[in-house]
Amino acid sequence: MHDLECVNLTRVFGRHRAVNDVSFTVPRGSFFSILGPSGCGKTTLMRMIAGFETPDSGDIRIKGKSVLDVPPNRRSVKMVFQHLALFPMMNVGENIAYGLKCRGESRSEIARKVEDVLARIGLPGVAEKQVAQLSGGQKQRIAIARCMVLEPDVLLLDEPLGALDLKLREQMKIELKLLQHQFNTTFLYITHDQSEALVMSDTVAVMNAGRFEQIGTPKELYNQPGSGFVAGFVGDTNRWAGRVTGVNGDEARIALDQGPEIIARQGATLAAGCRAEVFIRPETLSLAPIEGANQVSGTVDSLLFNGANSRILLRSGERLIEIAQGVMDATTPVARGDSVTASFRPTHALAFPAPEAG
Amino acid sequence: MKSSDASRLTLILLFTPFALWIILLVILPQIGVGWLSLREKLGPREYAFGFGNYLDFFREPIYWNTLLRTAWISVLVTILALFIGFPVAWYIAKIARQRSRAALFLMCLIPLWVSDLVRAFGWILLLRETGIISGALQWAGLSSGPVELLYNDITVVIGMVYTVVLFMIVPLVSTLDGMDNALLEAGYNLGGSRLTVFRRIVIPYAMPGIVAGCIITFMLAAGSYLTPILLGGKNSMWFTEQIYEQFVTRYNWESGATFGVLLLVFTSGVVWLGLRLTGQNLASTVAKE
Amino acid sequence: MNVAAPRSGLMRGLYIGYMLAFFFYLAAPLVAAAIFAFNDSQFPALPWKGFTLDWFFGREEPVIGLFHDRRLMAGLINSLWIGLIVSALAVVIGACNAFLFERKSFRFKSALYVLMIVPLVIPGVILGISILVFSSMIANGVSDAFWWEWDFLRPGVLLVILGQLSFLVTITTLVISARLRKFDIALEEAALNLGASRVRVLATVTLPYLTPALFSGFVVAFLVSFENFNTTLMLVGSDAPLTITMYDRMVKVGSTPVLNAVSVFLMVGSGLLALASVFAQRPRRGEG
Repeated sequence: MHDLECVNLTRVFGRHRAVNDVSFTVPRGSFFSILGPSGCGKTTLMRMIAGFETPDSGDIRIKGKSVLDVPPNRRSVKMVFQHLALFPMMNVGENIAYGLKCRGESRSEIARKVEDVLARIGLPGVAEKQVAQLSGGQKQRIAIARCMVLEPDVLLLDEPLGALDLKLREQMKIELKLLQHQFNTTFLYITHDQSEALVMSDTVAVMNAGRFEQIGTPKELYNQPGSGFVAGFVGDTNRWAGRVTGVNGDEARIALDQGPEIIARQGATLAAGCRAEVFIRPETLSLAPIEGANQVSGTVDSLLFNGANSRILLRSGERLIEIAQGVMDATTPVARGDSVTASFRPTHALAFPAPEAG
Repeated sequence: MKSSDASRLTLILLFTPFALWIILLVILPQIGVGWLSLREKLGPREYAFGFGNYLDFFREPIYWNTLLRTAWISVLVTILALFIGFPVAWYIAKIARQRSRAALFLMCLIPLWVSDLVRAFGWILLLRETGIISGALQWAGLSSGPVELLYNDITVVIGMVYTVVLFMIVPLVSTLDGMDNALLEAGYNLGGSRLTVFRRIVIPYAMPGIVAGCIITFMLAAGSYLTPILLGGKNSMWFTEQIYEQFVTRYNWESGATFGVLLLVFTSGVVWLGLRLTGQNLASTVAKE
Repeated sequence: MNVAAPRSGLMRGLYIGYMLAFFFYLAAPLVAAAIFAFNDSQFPALPWKGFTLDWFFGREEPVIGLFHDRRLMAGLINSLWIGLIVSALAVVIGACNAFLFERKSFRFKSALYVLMIVPLVIPGVILGISILVFSSMIANGVSDAFWWEWDFLRPGVLLVILGQLSFLVTITTLVISARLRKFDIALEEAALNLGASRVRVLATVTLPYLTPALFSGFVVAFLVSFENFNTTLMLVGSDAPLTITMYDRMVKVGSTPVLNAVSVFLMVGSGLLALASVFAQRPRRGEG
């Protein structure tokens, strides 16, 4: 059974289709992320699930029952807001107890549950503290505890890490995943940061312009992107335009605008003569020759040092090609100005039809 | 939809008090005064409608002279308040340290909460013939006899500037407070002199505050009653005094209403002109605080 | 270095001198009004004849202190309860206005917003006569048509309240709006999401957040009402508030030290209230 099911959801603002015919299901206890650039409609989608927006058409079902007629304060979907929205006029304990009080639970029951949930998030004894006395990461956990104490069917998280600094964000990613395991509740997580989505999620939906482009595991999205948008949005990649000159099985021969002609795998069906875009990840390009592989040559423009994520930038015609270089030190075989040839296997070059002009 | 019905209902519930207040206490009374000003008294319980009351106003030089005098003293008071208040606001917003800033601001506000009457009373005790300053001058040998410092225009202006200068400082401080010192630093860094930085950066930035302060100050000055009467004495020739006299002493409400309309039109006209000349609008200046 | 400060030491000294002179100017009349309340003399003037509190507590002619002067005390009581009623009404209407203009959208909103501000720039005397004229018109109309005498529409407490209300609502609206504008609407959504009803959200989240502004709106309205003269003068009946009583005394009897005592009383009272309102507006710990 599914905890959350959205069927053909559509929401229109004026002439803008913020959410356009979106359907998906979230299995019980999974970590589901919606990944998309800002303005893609993911926040509207989440607000519809929470009940702050009403869909123009479609249905939202929680545990199999439609909740469209249920007002936001009666839905068993709890939400962690972008800036957390912890109540500044209450202390930590009162914040967590708020929902329980609204339900009218007894005083002793509330006290027990608050204590219990604080212990579970690893912050026992902070109930009397003011919200402003907590650190960013602690506030985050309190915001989650405030929802989890109500034992919701689904927990919505609206870019909750956006306001944190980088170091803390890395740490919270792991912590969120652990919390999700511990509570064993369905998490629906919204973000524009692909690394957050890839690290934490069981399933990721990539959203663009009001629609879902692809739903899959993080590995599928990265290795078998279903569209040019997904290939470009998830992970780093080189993107080259060209024209299809021949098709053979699942491979295609493509003449790149900046040369040369290469063999690529078809990500979607291509026809000879049409425009195409080829996506090649930096880590699949190699400066060592590979038997039977595509080759592009150019001169080394610069070496970008970034630890394990270092890059060699190769100038080839008017384009710059990014090549991953795991180790960049004295053993690095190239220097600025060298003429080199990079190789990549056809299976690592993914071709999609080029988007319509505009 | 249920929720849109509820939202309509709250809109109506919130709109009702606003409408009652603005219609019953502001709009209709103003219309009433306008209507009364057009009613001419012919005899007991006998009236005609026309501009007779307005014609009377222009036929009698003492009336329109009083209005002009009120206007120009108010303008003078406004300008003086701006020149006196600006350095003070600058000091509080830009030079004073964080801690003393709040204290200085509070000190500026304290006289604000004391009635006009008390302030005027204080000035009287200072300035009259038997007052403190007169006494001090005699004691210091600077004067042989008691000096009467009350009942002249300079005193009226000093007293009125005192009454209104705080209303100039408050909006100025709140605007200048929002100005980043980096703007000044950039101005100097790019080669501006003190004067150019002040003229090209500070003044334009502070304009909404300046305009807001000037509007409030001017309206308060033109509409003030106690200070000019008490400090200016019997011959102060102040327009609000004329209105009061028509209403209370002469019981001539029609001409009192006419004077009221004239004062309102005149002061609004000055405010409107000021807003036009500086390119500001009422909502963005006065309501900003 | 502070770029806003004058560079040379001389200029800095002059600037500080100017500030001192300014504060001296602000303080002088208040000090003059206050000091003679404690002078043991029949006249509020030099020379100093010794310290006394008789002008507050004296019981016998000719020195009847403020607290035993029946008319001044009556004025004080009138001022107090007029102030309380007016401020309570002004806060309620002001809060409604704040929600109306900050939360709702409707036709002609910006024009109505300007209309809401207008009473602040109408001279008080004119607000006074307009309320007087309008209520008298109604009273006369009712009297002519039905032979009813609606005395409450003649100058008196009700008119004073209405007259002060006409511009105090603008002030409270601006004070409350300023805080409501800073309110993060996500707090309300979070409360709803946690299961609270609309009424509960208002009572537990929105109103507690607004409380400092409601309080300080009330205090400001109360102080302005208490010290208002121009509007009140036109509308006052037999139950005159304190400022009017004091003015009457000043004009009819001339200055006497009991007026200084009233001044001290007003200064201390207003000062305390104003301080209370400043502290209420301060961000407290726990407010981000």
